[in-house]
Amino acid sequence: MSEKYNEIPMAGNIIEPGNSLKYKTGGWRAERPIHTDETCLWIKNGTCGRCWIYCPDNAVVLTEKNGKYAYAYNYDYCKGCGICANECPTDSIKMEKE
Amino acid sequence: MSVSKDKIKIEGLTGDAAIAHALRQADLDVLSAYPITPQTIIVEDYQKFAADGEVNAAVIPVESEHSAMSACVGASAVGARVATASASAGLALMWEILYCAASMRMPIVFTVANRALSAPINIHNDHSDGMGMRDSGFIQLYCQSSQEAYDTTLMAFKLAEHHDVLLPVMVGIDGFIVSHNVERVEMLPDDAAKKFVGVRTPVQPLDPKNPITMGPLALTDYYFEFKEQQDRAMQQVIKVYKEVEAEFEKLTGRKYGIFETYKTNDADIIFLAMSSMGGTAKVVADVLREKGEKVGVIRLKMFRPFPTKELAKAIGNAKAVAVFEKAMSFGAATNPLALEVKTALYGTKSRPIIANFVVGLGGRDVPPMTFVEGFEKTKEYLKKGEAPLYETLGVRK
Repeated sequence: MSEKYNEIPMAGNIIEPGNSLKYKTGGWRAERPIHTDETCLWIKNGTCGRCWIYCPDNAVVLTEKNGKYAYAYNYDYCKGCGICANECPTDSIKMEKE
Repeated sequence: MSVSKDKIKIEGLTGDAAIAHALRQADLDVLSAYPITPQTIIVEDYQKFAADGEVNAAVIPVESEHSAMSACVGASAVGARVATASASAGLALMWEILYCAASMRMPIVFTVANRALSAPINIHNDHSDGMGMRDSGFIQLYCQSSQEAYDTTLMAFKLAEHHDVLLPVMVGIDGFIVSHNVERVEMLPDDAAKKFVGVRTPVQPLDPKNPITMGPLALTDYYFEFKEQQDRAMQQVIKVYKEVEAEFEKLTGRKYGIFETYKTNDADIIFLAMSSMGGTAKVVADVLREKGEKVGVIRLKMFRPFPTKELAKAIGNAKAVAVFEKAMSFGAATNPLALEVKTALYGTKSRPIIANFVVGLGGRDVPPMTFVEGFEKTKEYLKKGEAPLYETLGVRK
């Protein structure tokens, strides 16, 4: 973001497809989702996944390795909208002030 | 290399028809325009060329001027040579997209028969539409005659599409006064005109093989830098215009300059006006000179970018400048043209008196007597050593 006027493409053109990944929208976040494993259905048996489905920023990261389920957020892109917390059927996600 | 005289075609053409012929010869790819009032005959004539198979362009008649300029931006984005036309309220409806065209750096040629804005509804000439778009980022060239309209339209493509510029150009003619009056026009042979205008080489076109995004979001972190780019492109325009015109002069022997000076060298009072009023001003200057008054005329062609330094130099040591303009900026200190002229002269040593006369709104005739009246007033102001910020002339009050 330190480029001068003559170091960026003309007229705001994006000449490198997919470069929106460089824009870390996590900086917009006022609240962050905090997840607890205890009651989460994904952790329990790899089901539900509503948070993953509804997240508008693909910031919920659900993984499985050798039958073990793990849960994480990509805070680079999580804007803290709270949709995951709202959708969670077991109240396993709480929003906390940044 | 100039074109031999027997190849020049001479016809009686209105300003509209002259521009339509220039667009025909410029080998457009796309012309998109709203086909109904307040459209000009430029588009009517061009559509006839298209219907008769004289041009290869895709003519896109759309449902509004907002859409017309939008279609032009889209076509220009893929690298096409694009033109459109409008006037008055139609131009006003384009307003949002005029800014997009300029800031997305689309070299569109926009021919305009300058006309008054509503209300009351009025179809006649003034410069309210052109002045309304003056900050949009368009280059603005105002023409005095059908010949100049033809010549300027051809030159406009080379100016707009030049890689140091890449900005849209408005080519303005006075509605009805030039747009509908028939004058003698010399036209280049088609091949010579086509060769002069050349083929557009787009810098960064939309292309599925090399995908890019145009006109995306740019907020607090980048927007300002893109405006800096745009401003710097505008600063290249005068230089490029002079190059283009020099080339055109070689071909035709005609040139206009960014403004035209007439008997200004020893002038005490200079009339400054744009478009068709330039002709009237020159006639009045001649008569006043016969009576021993030292009067000259500057007829400004390029309003954007405003030739600040060049104009200050041309005004030189004149004691007063009488600015006649066909637009009003309601509530402003003075009116668009006079504002620019005053700014141009503020830093000069001589700092002549500036009188600003708003004339001709809604097509009110501006006869020679209006200039004489302005001259007499300017002489009085010279004696007093000051002039009012502006005043209206030719209105019942």
